[in-house]
Amino acid sequence: MKTIELKMPQLGESVTEGVLTSWLVKAGDEIAQYDPVAEVENDKVVTEIPASEGGTVKELLVQENETVPVDAPIMTLTVAGEATEAAAKPAPQAPEKVTEETPATVTQSNEPEKPKPEPAAGQPRFSPAVLSLAQAHDIDLNHLTGTGKHQRITRKDVQRAIEQKAAAPTTEASKPAPTKPAKPAAPKPAAKSADDSQAVPASNIRKTIARNMLQSVHEIPQAWTMIEVDVTNLAALRNQNKAAFKADAGFSLSYFPFFVKAVAQSLKRHQRLNSSWQDNQIIHHDDINLGIAVATDDALYVPVIKHADRLSIAGIAHEINRLATSVREGKLTAADMSGGTFTVNNTGSFGSVASMGIINYPQAAILQVETIRREVAVTKDNQIGIRQKVNLCLTLDHRLLDGLAAGHFLNDLKQILENYQVDTEIY
Amino acid sequence: MKTLAASKLGKDDLIATYRLIKLGRRLDERLWQLNRIGKVAFHISGQGSEVAQAAMIKAFNTKRDYFLPYYRDMTAAMGWGVTAEQIMAGSLGKAADPSSHGRQMPNHYGSVAHRIVSFGSTVTTQYLLATGVAYAALLDHKDYVTLVTTGEGSTAQGDFHEALNIASIKKLPVVFAIENNGYAISTPNREEFAVKQLAERGKAYNMPAEAVDGHDFTATYQAFAKAVSRAEKGKGPTLIEVMVDRLTGHSSDDNQNVYRSKEEMAALKENDNVPLFEKQLSEEKILTPAEIANIDAEIKEMVNQATQAAEKLPAPAAETLLDHVYA
Amino acid sequence: MTEHTYLEALNLAMHEEFARDPGVVVFGEDVGGDKGGVFGATKGLAAAFGDQRVFNSPLGESGIAGLAIGLGLMGHHAIAEFQFADYILPAVNQIMSEAARMRYRTAGDWTAPIVFRTPYGGGVHGGFYHSQTTDKVFAGQPGLRIVTPSTVYDAKGLLKAAIRSEDPVLFYEHKRLYRSLKADIPDEDYVVPLDKAQVLQQGDDITVMAYGTMLQHALNAAKALQAEDISTEVVDLRTLYPLDQETILAAAKKTGKVLLISEDTKEASIINNVAAIIAEQALFDLDAPVQQLAGPLAPGMSYALEDEFLVSAEQVQAAMRELAQF
Repeated sequence: MKTIELKMPQLGESVTEGVLTSWLVKAGDEIAQYDPVAEVENDKVVTEIPASEGGTVKELLVQENETVPVDAPIMTLTVAGEATEAAAKPAPQAPEKVTEETPATVTQSNEPEKPKPEPAAGQPRFSPAVLSLAQAHDIDLNHLTGTGKHQRITRKDVQRAIEQKAAAPTTEASKPAPTKPAKPAAPKPAAKSADDSQAVPASNIRKTIARNMLQSVHEIPQAWTMIEVDVTNLAALRNQNKAAFKADAGFSLSYFPFFVKAVAQSLKRHQRLNSSWQDNQIIHHDDINLGIAVATDDALYVPVIKHADRLSIAGIAHEINRLATSVREGKLTAADMSGGTFTVNNTGSFGSVASMGIINYPQAAILQVETIRREVAVTKDNQIGIRQKVNLCLTLDHRLLDGLAAGHFLNDLKQILENYQVDTEIY
Repeated sequence: MKTLAASKLGKDDLIATYRLIKLGRRLDERLWQLNRIGKVAFHISGQGSEVAQAAMIKAFNTKRDYFLPYYRDMTAAMGWGVTAEQIMAGSLGKAADPSSHGRQMPNHYGSVAHRIVSFGSTVTTQYLLATGVAYAALLDHKDYVTLVTTGEGSTAQGDFHEALNIASIKKLPVVFAIENNGYAISTPNREEFAVKQLAERGKAYNMPAEAVDGHDFTATYQAFAKAVSRAEKGKGPTLIEVMVDRLTGHSSDDNQNVYRSKEEMAALKENDNVPLFEKQLSEEKILTPAEIANIDAEIKEMVNQATQAAEKLPAPAAETLLDHVYA
Repeated sequence: MTEHTYLEALNLAMHEEFARDPGVVVFGEDVGGDKGGVFGATKGLAAAFGDQRVFNSPLGESGIAGLAIGLGLMGHHAIAEFQFADYILPAVNQIMSEAARMRYRTAGDWTAPIVFRTPYGGGVHGGFYHSQTTDKVFAGQPGLRIVTPSTVYDAKGLLKAAIRSEDPVLFYEHKRLYRSLKADIPDEDYVVPLDKAQVLQQGDDITVMAYGTMLQHALNAAKALQAEDISTEVVDLRTLYPLDQETILAAAKKTGKVLLISEDTKEASIINNVAAIIAEQALFDLDAPVQQLAGPLAPGMSYALEDEFLVSAEQVQAAMRELAQF
């Protein structure tokens, strides 16, 4: 003997449930196959439900006037035969269901003659979207590794390359660096060359940086100039605020925010330096978004302080700290690295006194802030004194700028820096 | 009602006819049960027209003639040669289904081996197909007659008119049957047409036409026999309206209680064509009530066997989905 | 070889097939007797083969289709003529629900090996109901084939193949080509496959695919543009459903610049389906966006503004030149 379940059948197309209006049998009744066991009513029909097999009614599982979903058990029946898996199986799918459901799995292959897209063997094939994007951002597709099927380069691959390019370091003083928060793949074991020096394969990121540098140098006629600024007052101002700031913000106030603020202020007056050269046109940028170099052990990033002109010195300090922290924690976003209109590089942080940056293409110029040093100097009132001095080095795109415009910008910058007073408001 | 004897059919013929009628009824009841259990997705019933269907096909040479049925013609299809197991295979969607090999919904009876032509569900198309089948008999100098049936609701379609018109113009050897059961699903005759009897329409095509009571076996048989004879003699088509009942809802998805009264249903049950035929058999001493009961028991066993056998048949293989789209 | 018009080639095809297969019949409105159809496509057939095989049907298109399908069930390769492609619409149910489904719904037990012939196309001042191209109504009905000859050679060979086919075939004839197109064609028996497009002219700058009068425009423009050093691959789509993907893709990939032309309204047209095939499978070989030159989004076509509706020879040439320059 075995026990089977009788279920609520699907009575009518689109019907999902039915009300069991009355039982025609009770537990213990002997019934024959096809004997009616219950009356059911739904949206479409009122009907008796017959027993799919004959046997003894074991248990009624639902109350009269209960609404029962299609396929839910309504009663159990003890029938002759071995309890087998087959006996417990639900009734075979109705034919209409079969025609509805079977095709779903088969239709996917319903075009046997349809030629499959060929695998990209040999020469890679670029989609129009990939080609146009690569062209617009000057990405060399031959140097990208595709993540698509058969290593096809996808549009996302190109977008990633564009992000990397935007974040690539732009000074020769910079360290080799991935320009994306993700760590670069470990270099392959170095191959020994004949002269015992080691050939290390360049990573894709390194190659991207190399290309960006080359593009900048190839396309932009770069001029260089340097001025010296007296930052004695600036240093005093910083010292004045150092302790309170640290207590308040939880990190140290460096010199760099003072320079960044001054650059932003000067750029506001000299829009030509906050521009780019594109297709024989000079594009003036309304926003002043300053790229700053942030170094880690093995990399250097150029995150961007948006609207630097609208921030106070303290605000810039906070933003620099936030970006630097993000870099360390690998949380830098693409947004953090995009939209730069001018770059300020804190080369002084590792002792440089003069350097030539390579312009962060397609910006108009890059400014290097060198080490602040103490010097014996003749002061304005012809006294001999110890002054604190810094060199500011500017590399400029000679297509849109010439020495005069750069000079005006630098002079204003010098004025701003030298005019900091011990009581200048930093907040 | 005419006597069965008046049909001039022999006793064996009448008993065979009874077996067909009873098989039509019992198999139909089983298909409802299988639907209510959930094994058959859909059923559309011919209960109330078994006698008319058996009388109709009795007038044809089922080994020679072509039949284009409609979806209530299960009894007629079996009279034409299809077996109960084959009908069951169709309702269960089995590959052995002779009408469509499991591709069409249940009740679309057909069988190439029995010259029963496949039909679709957009009603009345078969009336026009029948004109083509009948015209081929003229072209090929064949002597077969073509029978085509439809419900009365379908006579509202333009294809009904076009078919009668063409058949009459070309004097085609075709018999057009209308099984008028009073309803097109829930729409009663009075909302379907404005004539008293659809047979009146024969006049419009210069076509002999008559309405017969489908409960009257002999009258129905004789009407069709006359039509077949006309067709065989090259006299052209005939239109026959057979008045039948529909004892069930339109289909397994329909609740006729919402549009038919209890009184109407009770009256129909009183006039059920199957017991009426049994009454004639015993009154005319063709079969005793005991013999009738024995036959019924045999038929029930046949239905059980057909059910069991068909349930064991394989469904069409999934990989056949794309077969037979083009030659 | 003998010179014939497109219409004569169709007529010849039927004469030859009637002689070859006694089961072939043709009927439709005004098809029989001495008239032989309103365009004369069936002229002489009734006299030659009798009025049982060649006859007038009553004026009811569903009846024409249903009668043909019934004959097909009995093994007759019947030809049903619809007087205009616009008039085929009352027969849509018979064609889709019966002819196109018959083989599949019976797993091959019953078939409908028939031809539905019909003249289509504008440029004859036929207004809305004597100008349409209704092929798109049926493109997407598996079981059915839609073909159209655009050359005299194909008019004969394609119709003969359609008559012999075991599938139901919708055979579209461009009514403007009936008498305007003349060519030498072989006198002997030949057939043209029902599932192959045809490259009519090789070229390597641009690929143009079309049928009917638009194909004639394309061929003429291709010739004219040779003077400008533009080399055109011209494809006669010919088998409109199912489409010949292989030929379409090869021709599209060859030049990478594809112009599809239809005189029908562009939306949901046959050339839309061609464009979809190319988009799906030839992306990497495209050198320009796939171009579609077709009728405007307006019912085809105004009696008085027919010339404004129809794609002109000049537009075709300009579109081809522009694509070449892309």
